[in-house]
Amino acid sequence: MAAPARATPPTAAAVAAAVRSGATTAAQVLEQHLAAIAGREPEIHAFNLVLTEQARERAAAIDATVAAGHDPGPLAGVTIALKDNMCTRGVPTTCSSKILDGWQPPYDATVVNTLRDAGAVIVGKTNLDEFAMGSSTENSAFGPTRNPHDTSRVPGGSSGGSAASVAAGFSQVALGSDTGGSIRQPAALCGVVGVKPTYGYVSRYGLVAFASSLDQIGPFTNSVADAALMLDVIGGHDPLDSTSIPQPHPSLRDAIQQGVEGLRVGRITDLPAGADPDVQERLEAAFDALRAAGATIVDVEVPAFTFGLTAYYLIAPAEASSNLARYDGVRYGLRVEAADTHAMYGATRAAGFGEEVKRRIMLGTYALSAGYYDAYYGKALKVRRLIHDDFDRAYQRADVLLTPTSPSVAFKFGDKGDNPFAMYLCDTYTIPTNLAGHPGMSVPFGTGAEGLPVGVQVLAGTLQEPVMFRAAAALERSLA
Amino acid sequence: MSAYDGLPGDWELVVGLEVHVELATTTKLFSASPNRFGDEPNTNIDPVTLGLPGALPVLNEQAVELAMRVGAALNCTIQACTFHRKNYFYPDMPKAYQVTQYDQPLNVDGHLDLPNGVRVGIERAHMEEDAGKSTHIGGSGGRVHGATASLIDLNRAGVPLVEIVSRPDIRSADDARAYVSELRSILLAVGASDAKMEEGSMRVDANVSVHKPGTPFGTRCEIKNVNSVRSVGRAIEYEARRQIDLIESGDVVRQQTRHWDEGDGRTHTLRTKEDADDYRYFLEPDLVPLVPSQEWIDRVHAALPMLPAARRARLAEASGQAADSEAVTSVVERGQDDFVLAVGQAGGSVARALVYVKEAFAESPQVPAADLAALTLLEPAGTLTATQAKAVLAELVANNGGDAAAIAAAKGFEAMDNSALEGFVQDAIAADPDAWQKFCGGDGKAMGALVGLVMKASKGKADGKLVTALLNQKKG
Repeated sequence: MAAPARATPPTAAAVAAAVRSGATTAAQVLEQHLAAIAGREPEIHAFNLVLTEQARERAAAIDATVAAGHDPGPLAGVTIALKDNMCTRGVPTTCSSKILDGWQPPYDATVVNTLRDAGAVIVGKTNLDEFAMGSSTENSAFGPTRNPHDTSRVPGGSSGGSAASVAAGFSQVALGSDTGGSIRQPAALCGVVGVKPTYGYVSRYGLVAFASSLDQIGPFTNSVADAALMLDVIGGHDPLDSTSIPQPHPSLRDAIQQGVEGLRVGRITDLPAGADPDVQERLEAAFDALRAAGATIVDVEVPAFTFGLTAYYLIAPAEASSNLARYDGVRYGLRVEAADTHAMYGATRAAGFGEEVKRRIMLGTYALSAGYYDAYYGKALKVRRLIHDDFDRAYQRADVLLTPTSPSVAFKFGDKGDNPFAMYLCDTYTIPTNLAGHPGMSVPFGTGAEGLPVGVQVLAGTLQEPVMFRAAAALERSLA
Repeated sequence: MSAYDGLPGDWELVVGLEVHVELATTTKLFSASPNRFGDEPNTNIDPVTLGLPGALPVLNEQAVELAMRVGAALNCTIQACTFHRKNYFYPDMPKAYQVTQYDQPLNVDGHLDLPNGVRVGIERAHMEEDAGKSTHIGGSGGRVHGATASLIDLNRAGVPLVEIVSRPDIRSADDARAYVSELRSILLAVGASDAKMEEGSMRVDANVSVHKPGTPFGTRCEIKNVNSVRSVGRAIEYEARRQIDLIESGDVVRQQTRHWDEGDGRTHTLRTKEDADDYRYFLEPDLVPLVPSQEWIDRVHAALPMLPAARRARLAEASGQAADSEAVTSVVERGQDDFVLAVGQAGGSVARALVYVKEAFAESPQVPAADLAALTLLEPAGTLTATQAKAVLAELVANNGGDAAAIAAAKGFEAMDNSALEGFVQDAIAADPDAWQKFCGGDGKAMGALVGLVMKASKGKADGKLVTALLNQKKG
């Protein structure tokens, strides 16, 4: 227990450089990862589907490209796992829900096309809390994923499978989606880097929607530099996603070459309490590390931060209730036969959705209903605006903010399973960022209780990824 | 004469119309699938149309442009706007919500002037996507009730619509009909839609209530399934009488959505206010606000063609006819007013050209304006009689033009002198003394027989007006 999952791996950039130069082959890289999967996947259950044969064909094609004297791209031979809520043409995409049973999308998500064009090798589709609703991956219809650092503990969620895949060496990198912390929290619990970029930084086309105004795709990696590489590849405007940002993004690989001298690092003085002492201790160490690297620590207030959780649990379920209304058993996915069409709809949805998904559909439907809208959804939108404005004021005084990512290290299976609200509290520190549309990332920063990984969260304002990455890289360097 | 001249008591009708119009775009409102009527079912589809998980909408610029044209033509303010989700479950709505505009529509606060001068306010003209088409098999009258199977065609799902909502300014069934006709003409003129009610590219819902003038409006019912201009009037008339009967028998009107049945000529309850859906509107998070630039708005206004009302006024002035006369309205509706005016520019008589075009140009023949101009001058100059001119016109139409004078000459048409005419009239009276007696006794119909004899004898060359004058003169 608590032993490191494996030795420090080479970076994705190093793998791509070696494959591009012919120093190694994509096939060799892939076989190492497939061997790791063969070894521990039965225990971890990071994947809903391992794409062994497709990955081998893909690796062979990349090697052929190199042999022919062409460049397969900046992620040549880099293995990647995709959260199973990203559409892959002809490959089942389940959202870890029974309702999508048997569905094979007729199209690829934009990120999938982008990754392929960059030379990445997709090794599989990873487990998640059903429709990304949860913080432990226990809400998967296909059984939970286990934390590679301690298999009696959860990997976090909802992107638990992707976090575990990178932590266990099943893939070099992974993609997840973050609606209220679903990349950052599992990254913290699994001891890897996880980034939720600015809303609109990465195309959502082909990401099965949970809460459309909050969902954002981002990477899991072993290093800040790899996260920068991944975002440089998958970031950018997509004409198929009207909410994607039209301007090109500056290179984050360039940004992390700079230090943090003179950077103003904010401490939120009115941050909601609740972080465990071991987590709090690592946060203090992070402030110290950045101060030592030349940054200035400043106190800021974000008064509405504390209302984030409440607003989120009205806005996200409201959007989810609309997004998930289409699953009716008629055109695709599960169908439970019944006496007539209306009974079929009911039986299909009753059997196809898990408890947490049903709870959120009901919450959201209620929050949007006539007579309740103003008191619930309407008020939550006002809180959302307040949070955004409070953050903007804080960012006039600080370039980045540091908070814990998760209030605790990885917890044991079943610890919060019976208490939805205790589970919701896992995302106290991550949710306000989604409501503001801002970027945030979790950086592994040592260990806490029982030697389990602790993540520190770096937050920044809209499109301030370059400065966020500088601070994250400085934290990472301070541990070296 | 309107059926509503007979509205019982001193009841007043109050009508507002909601008209859905399919925009004539190349592709759908949010995807690249073709917007085409009549294709094989479920062929114009894609992940967005099917509402597949992960698919996202992208707003069609051409649809926005056409919707702005509608707004400009209806004198609306064109403004920054947003899209909402209207959540409801129906099998032909694959996402289980319709993307529409709610509290911030594209076009607001306009008006439409009817040919008779009545001004109808336009509350809004907003954009939204159409649903698919359901066909119910095995029930009665194609309705879902009692059907054994329902077929869904999603070719129509996602087709761009503009919903034009009038204010409750309409006070008669005739004005409601005129509103729909005029709106249709405007939509055709600006090229926004083919506006075919029979194909469903223009659909009318009528909000109908009755009250006594000076009192608040009554409870309204919304009438759906009104599929022709004629049914607009019939449905409103039926519904108003139904409501008046209810009130006068001591009952009350309940707010309902009602279905017009063309077959039995009645409206039937579709749903009551109590079981209306709660649409749970919220801002569509997959789209961003639409903010048309002033430059774009200006460009749309500048490119607007002359609208039917202005064209009628122009033609009325040039021809001396009333703007709402049948000749002026029908010629403008057929888009032949430019041709009539061109006849005037070619030196012809606009008044005569209007009559000729209205009567003989339904099939849009390609007659050069100069050729028709020549004809319009022959008749008033007395060179041709009206009957002869008609024959020459038919020849011009049949041959797509020609020299009117030459045609007249070839037909042997020439002006007759009155002495010859006098002889023909004498002969006619002698040939049919019965008719003459009846005519002298005041039977107008008998005159027709005598004129006919004169025409026959003169081989159609006689001027009918002169013959009539001579007969009256002889009667004394």
